[in-house]
Amino acid sequence: MDNRGIEFGYGFLNQESSFDVQFSLIEYDGSHSYARAYLVGLLNTLLVAFLGIIISTIIGVVVGIARLSPNYLIERAAAFYVEFFRNIPLLLQIFFWYFAALRALPLPQDSEAMFGVFYLTIKGFFMPRFIWDNLDVLFYSIIAVIISIIVIRNYAKKLQENQGKQLPVFSISIALLIVLPLLTFLFGGVSLSFELPVLKQLSTTSYVYKGGLGIPPELIALTLALALYTATFIAECVRAGIQGISKGQKEAAASIGLTPNQVLKLVIMPQALRIIIPPTTNQYLNLTKNSSLAAAIAYPDLVLVFAGTALMQTGRAIEIVSITMFTYLSISLSISLLMNWYNKKIAIKEK
Amino acid sequence: MNKLNFLKPDKNNLNTYLYSGSFLFFVGTLDVFLGSFFKVNITSFLPDFVSFILPLILGIIGLHLIRIEFSGIQKLDLLNKKINTNNFNACLTLLIIFTIIKSLPPLMSWFIIDANIAGDTKEACTGSGACWTYIKIWLRRFIYGMYPNELQWRINISFILLIALAFVGYFATERLKKFLTLYYVLIYPVIAFILIYYLISGGAFGLEWVETGAWGGLSLTFIVSFFCLIFCFPLGMFLALGRRSQLPTLRYISIGFIEFWRGVPLITVLFMSSVMFPMFLPEDFFMDKLVRVIIAISLFEAAYVAEVIRGGLQALPRGQYDAAKSLGMGYWKMHIFVILPQALKLVIPGIANTFLALVKDTPLIFVVGLLEIVGMLNLAKTNPKWLGFAMEGYVFAAIIFWIICYAMSRYSQNLELKYKTER
Repeated sequence: MDNRGIEFGYGFLNQESSFDVQFSLIEYDGSHSYARAYLVGLLNTLLVAFLGIIISTIIGVVVGIARLSPNYLIERAAAFYVEFFRNIPLLLQIFFWYFAALRALPLPQDSEAMFGVFYLTIKGFFMPRFIWDNLDVLFYSIIAVIISIIVIRNYAKKLQENQGKQLPVFSISIALLIVLPLLTFLFGGVSLSFELPVLKQLSTTSYVYKGGLGIPPELIALTLALALYTATFIAECVRAGIQGISKGQKEAAASIGLTPNQVLKLVIMPQALRIIIPPTTNQYLNLTKNSSLAAAIAYPDLVLVFAGTALMQTGRAIEIVSITMFTYLSISLSISLLMNWYNKKIAIKEK
Repeated sequence: MNKLNFLKPDKNNLNTYLYSGSFLFFVGTLDVFLGSFFKVNITSFLPDFVSFILPLILGIIGLHLIRIEFSGIQKLDLLNKKINTNNFNACLTLLIIFTIIKSLPPLMSWFIIDANIAGDTKEACTGSGACWTYIKIWLRRFIYGMYPNELQWRINISFILLIALAFVGYFATERLKKFLTLYYVLIYPVIAFILIYYLISGGAFGLEWVETGAWGGLSLTFIVSFFCLIFCFPLGMFLALGRRSQLPTLRYISIGFIEFWRGVPLITVLFMSSVMFPMFLPEDFFMDKLVRVIIAISLFEAAYVAEVIRGGLQALPRGQYDAAKSLGMGYWKMHIFVILPQALKLVIPGIANTFLALVKDTPLIFVVGLLEIVGMLNLAKTNPKWLGFAMEGYVFAAIIFWIICYAMSRYSQNLELKYKTER
């Protein structure tokens, strides 16, 4: 290294980065430091991973259950979905959504509003931005609701264990969740208004939407591709988990007089989750790591912003690549630690 | 005539229910069919929303009426059991049928009816459907990359030879069968390497040298996946054994290695191999980027293979180890003849999944500037003469990858059945 004239050190992180990033969750422009650019990339990566995990879990659970449906057509449709999306490389799917599917959307000036306020255009998805007054009051009220729900749950559990009485915990929680934040609107001075996206003309042929909340097409394409791809694997995990519960469990539960809903909630799901969670964790990790493919369609994630632009500018290959790898390593390890903890919590308590 | 109870169809008025139900279902489907294939809306006299939702309502009522328990007609019972168990299921069934009917015409017209394949230029594509002319003209590039046209026979020959050599196992006589494993594990990779090095790369025996930067397209996908498969499997096996070893140093090194590669995304590994790795090499030492990529992907996938194989090793009962040891077998003998054959058999699906992931990961080599099929597509897409055919290209590549991956997964299922033994 020395004879190539390469210095080593992390001092460059404090230097001015002097490049711009298109999409950022925190305030950022060229005058901020490289460390700030790193943070921008990291947050964008986490955002896409978070969205992807939520959407893929929803699709995956629905498709996984659909694959066990007694209805032949539904079962085949779910199987078709899984076989189709699983066997096509993720990168190809990202390219397809970004370069082929989303490019077929209308230009900003030709787009029609969905429900009057949403605009889906080639430049991205635009929707009203919420403008809150006294958001902190609402925030505290939600925390208060969560704490009270936990207290009520514990109380209900104790009540059931000691006296055999059951409390409708679920309906109470929902009621609390609606009523308390509503009260803050009436008495706490919280108010909500919307900022609608408005079409602005820049020059004779160029239009943009100003105001409102804009979601760039890169993020849409990436989230869509990641979610659809990972959902196929999660669907298989869910199917394997539910199939892994023997029929006797279901029959035994039914024979002691539980309703079908109770059978699912109290007997099948707790056991199936034990089988489902470890492989699903793996899929979440894969999704997070796969989000680095964002670099291919120029979504400013960690790899593009930091291991791409910043590396080109500073030439600090060793430092930057090692920081990037270390970051992914820590994300992976922390998700797997979290899931291991959860897995241990729900594991069979053997005496 | 018995009393008709439309809420609960029964066997007494079988024909009434059956005919009225089938008729309603037929009308609903016909409405969708005509609307989709001939753009005729037979219910246009109704308000838009009602006209849109009507087929579904008709279909649900129809399916409700033919849901007759123990009708005595075998086919009807089977139908009810398969797709028509209750109203919710009937609704989903109808939605799926209608979706298929609705999506068939646009797909057909895009793929076949309005598509063009004749001609040599962009102007030949006049239809509103796909422009397969684009694929036809660029096919050579998609398969061979930038490899010179007149030298492409070299790639063809080496691939044909490799495939032929891979089938040697089917023709081996009983006496030679015991050498097959040796052949596939050691000799075949060496032959493959020699073929590719001398025939595709050239530079000797009067063959013109072609640098690896010019390789590309589908053939590069095959070359990269082939070598990575060959290298990552034994490496993963050793890592799995190392992770279960009694020696603490070996064990911790294996754990660290596996966890490191599993924790980072492949794209950063490739970045590392292209920008960071050359800095650690001696100044006059040059390593081709294709070789660097193959090493990087092999190391990466080996960690996944190792975890899969470890699962198989752990699943074997202790008695197998004890029995092998009691026969006086040493560590290597025990693993080669007793443990590994059983463990590998258990993890065929897992290994197949890893290999599939490897094949699907090959397009990522675009980050170091090697253009396999997806990379070539992106290059062709930006060619000024052929702008605007991204969709055709991606659909083409998706079909090819789908066929490869689906074939691999079916093959692994066959293998699994073939080696399945009752335990």
